[in-house]
Amino acid sequence: MTTRKQIILAAYVGGVNEHTAWEHPDAGSQIDFSTFRHVAQTAERGRFDYFFLAEGLALRARDGRIFDHDIAGRPDTLPVLAAIAAVTEHLGLVGTLNATFNEPYELARQIASLDHLSGGRAGWNVVTSFDAYTGANFRRGGFLPHAERYVRAEETVATVRELWDSWAADAIAADKDSGVFLRDGRAGEFSHHGSQFDIEGRFTVPRSPQGRPVIVQAGVSPQGRDFAASTADVIFSPYSKLAEGKAFSADIAERAVKFGRDPEHVKILPSAGFVLGDTREEAEEKARHILEQQLSDRTIQVTFEQVWNRDLSGYDLDGPVPDIDPDPEAPTFIQGRAFIFQDRFQTVRTWRELAEQRGLTLRGLAHEVARGPGYVGTPEQVADQLDTFVQEGGADGVVLGSHVVPSGLDEFVDRVVPLLQERGSLRTEYSGSTLRDNLGLPLPDAATHLASTH
Amino acid sequence: MSTPHPFSLGVALDGAGWHPSAWREPSSHPADLFTAAYWVDLVATAERATLDFATIEDSLALQSERFLVGDERTDEVRGRLDAVLIASRVAPSTSRIGLIPVATVTHTEPFHVSKAIATLDYVSEGRAGVQVKVSARADEAAHVGRRAHPGDVLVDDPAFRAFVDDAFEEAADAVEVIRRLWDSWEDDAEIRDAATDRFLDADKVHAIDFEGRFFSVRGPSITPRPPQGQPVVAALAHAAVPYRLAARAADVVFVTPADAVHARAILDEVREAERVVAREGEPLRVIADLVVLIDTPGGETGPDRLARLDALGRPLASDARIVAGSASTVADVVDDLAAAGFAGVRLRPGVATDDLPRIADDLAPELRRRGLIEPTTRTTLRGRLGLPEGFPSRYATPVA
Ligand SMILES: Cc1cc2nc3c(=O)[nH]c(=O)nc-3n(C[C@H](O)[C@H](O)[C@H](O)COP(=O)(O)O)c2cc1C
Repeated sequence: MTTRKQIILAAYVGGVNEHTAWEHPDAGSQIDFSTFRHVAQTAERGRFDYFFLAEGLALRARDGRIFDHDIAGRPDTLPVLAAIAAVTEHLGLVGTLNATFNEPYELARQIASLDHLSGGRAGWNVVTSFDAYTGANFRRGGFLPHAERYVRAEETVATVRELWDSWAADAIAADKDSGVFLRDGRAGEFSHHGSQFDIEGRFTVPRSPQGRPVIVQAGVSPQGRDFAASTADVIFSPYSKLAEGKAFSADIAERAVKFGRDPEHVKILPSAGFVLGDTREEAEEKARHILEQQLSDRTIQVTFEQVWNRDLSGYDLDGPVPDIDPDPEAPTFIQGRAFIFQDRFQTVRTWRELAEQRGLTLRGLAHEVARGPGYVGTPEQVADQLDTFVQEGGADGVVLGSHVVPSGLDEFVDRVVPLLQERGSLRTEYSGSTLRDNLGLPLPDAATHLASTH
Repeated sequence: MSTPHPFSLGVALDGAGWHPSAWREPSSHPADLFTAAYWVDLVATAERATLDFATIEDSLALQSERFLVGDERTDEVRGRLDAVLIASRVAPSTSRIGLIPVATVTHTEPFHVSKAIATLDYVSEGRAGVQVKVSARADEAAHVGRRAHPGDVLVDDPAFRAFVDDAFEEAADAVEVIRRLWDSWEDDAEIRDAATDRFLDADKVHAIDFEGRFFSVRGPSITPRPPQGQPVVAALAHAAVPYRLAARAADVVFVTPADAVHARAILDEVREAERVVAREGEPLRVIADLVVLIDTPGGETGPDRLARLDALGRPLASDARIVAGSASTVADVVDDLAAAGFAGVRLRPGVATDDLPRIADDLAPELRRRGLIEPTTRTTLRGRLGLPEGFPSRYATPVA
């Protein structure tokens, strides 16, 4: 038997979006800790690699007014992850933290603290959202031009790593007899003088169990890809179809080699949902129903307004695709969403052609382009689809969200996980104790280096 | 006559304890200071002692011998974890004690602090507070790098004093922003109204539009109003300027009376600060800090322990009064402070792993015998401090 590629699984609580069906009879709190505990413990029961939280630093708004139809309201990322560390043992804990609205010293100490408090299970999803709408919530205010977001992000991550590396692995002697607590009176000393940060002094957090917590990146522009290929351990990608996933993986592998890295050490995970049924028909029926719930009239309108950057409330959803052009120059109409359309005009052109070819209304188009619930079928079919996607190189695994919070993931863990385990594509027990162990990632060079030279 | 609110007892946790040589005691396990198990153990002991709250020290610089400058000592504990995250990690492992981490508001964004403490309130189910700290240190400014600092000047240099005055003004603004953000969602903002396809009532989520001398913040928060509505805000203060910050912004002020005369003077000064800033609503809860070293069951007295520890390295020097003696000696001091009008006492254990068990097994029972502390059924930190509970957001329109 050839060894199968191990599927990497992350569990995601849909915090603020239209994919989570709050109207569902089983839908629970989006904010109480019991929700996060439930999902995390379910994921650990299913031998997932990590638990993941996204971040949004401003409530979303449409033309200046708070959105009221999607789920909104989320806890702060790091305190929730620290609390989850108390109720799990092996699950990695990955939080999304913005490189634009945080300083390296505080990011480094918070993430290293989480790594200590979880026994080596911390990861950081570096995002670069940059808009002035979000900036208005911060005393430093302002924002970065789109082109500069990765300049800051790269220097943020590099600086954070310098801080993580500033304590030797064995800096703490804690020898009661001799009275030596620190081997080196200058432990934690650092000095960084770059284009973004001009900082020096001493870092307060001793080297954490993973030395360097895991870096995850999300963002798909050429700069984003270079940043990921040069720096990240994991990429959270939007490509969940086999062909586009393979193309993305190949592109990242090529870039990684260019940066002198082993492409095996850059894991790629798209986000995915799932719907299970006892028969394929039943699952598809359920999926159709979920999609209808997700795509309420207002969600459809806002989805298109995001691309057009205009008020489209005058257009009939059961009529044709609007014939006006997007307005990229106007102030951002839908605010506070991290959005990933690279070219509005191109997107609109493609959608118009699609609608014409198939005779779709605006609503029909919305259903066509919606990502939908992802993997749909019987447990066997879903296990097969997911396993095939990974074994054929679409990605290394998925970040799995469910449309019902908090109980939605239970079904996947109870019905699909055992099938993946039978196939030998998913561990039945955790083999190590850190997130790097879960992901099969090596200890970073600097950690080994420091451990052996000090 | 019964007092208008309960007398509160808390503990201040810092590394191995407040004595610089605490880590060398046999009970201490200094190699574990950076593990979750160490903190869970300490807070569980404090909870067993029926204490109302535990504060967790923090700073954006390494511990040092002197107040404003770092050093290169190797014989004392150096290094610490983020206190908000320690509190969050400990929260699910405890169930009754209030958790009050220190946060340095000079260098951290009020938006971040607000949602972090709101989240601590969610994960602890209503037991969160925050002790806001102002940073006047040059090294901390250089760690973050955004802010000009007058540098290594003398403490009474006018440039330094202006810097400090501004830092306290700015901290008061930061707390104002933190509090407004906690209120920015009304309690019933989440409506889940399927008929109108609305998850939220947008009229119950408010921009805070704060504009101050130092910064502006729009809001609303991304985190719904926390279980306590307003988690508890505390500050440590030793002088008029910080008393004013506490009077403007805090629910609780920790102070450091050296003796009975000083204790009375501090209470007068705090009340005066409340008048100066025209504080409204609840009076500040004034809580006195004491460093304690308690006699051990093995027969070593508090003073002997102190002398032995002092001889090991740097002798203990403290802003707060040091009380070394039997549980009953400490109880006498607590009694006097209660009689003088303090709302509570915060104990700083000289050696965390020795004095916390003594507090739980000897001091707390003694204080209960004397009727100074009472069993409580209150489950929130506000409740345990006798602060009002269950009040609406400042942005809520009163029901007619
Ligand atoms: C799969 C994926 C997930 C993302 N998640 C977040 C998030 O949780 N919070 C956030 O602020 N931005 C998020 N982003 C936005 C990215 O951080 C980035 O700002 C954006 O994609 C623009 O960068 P780019 O031009 O390189 O794509 C996400 C992006 C992708 C592709």
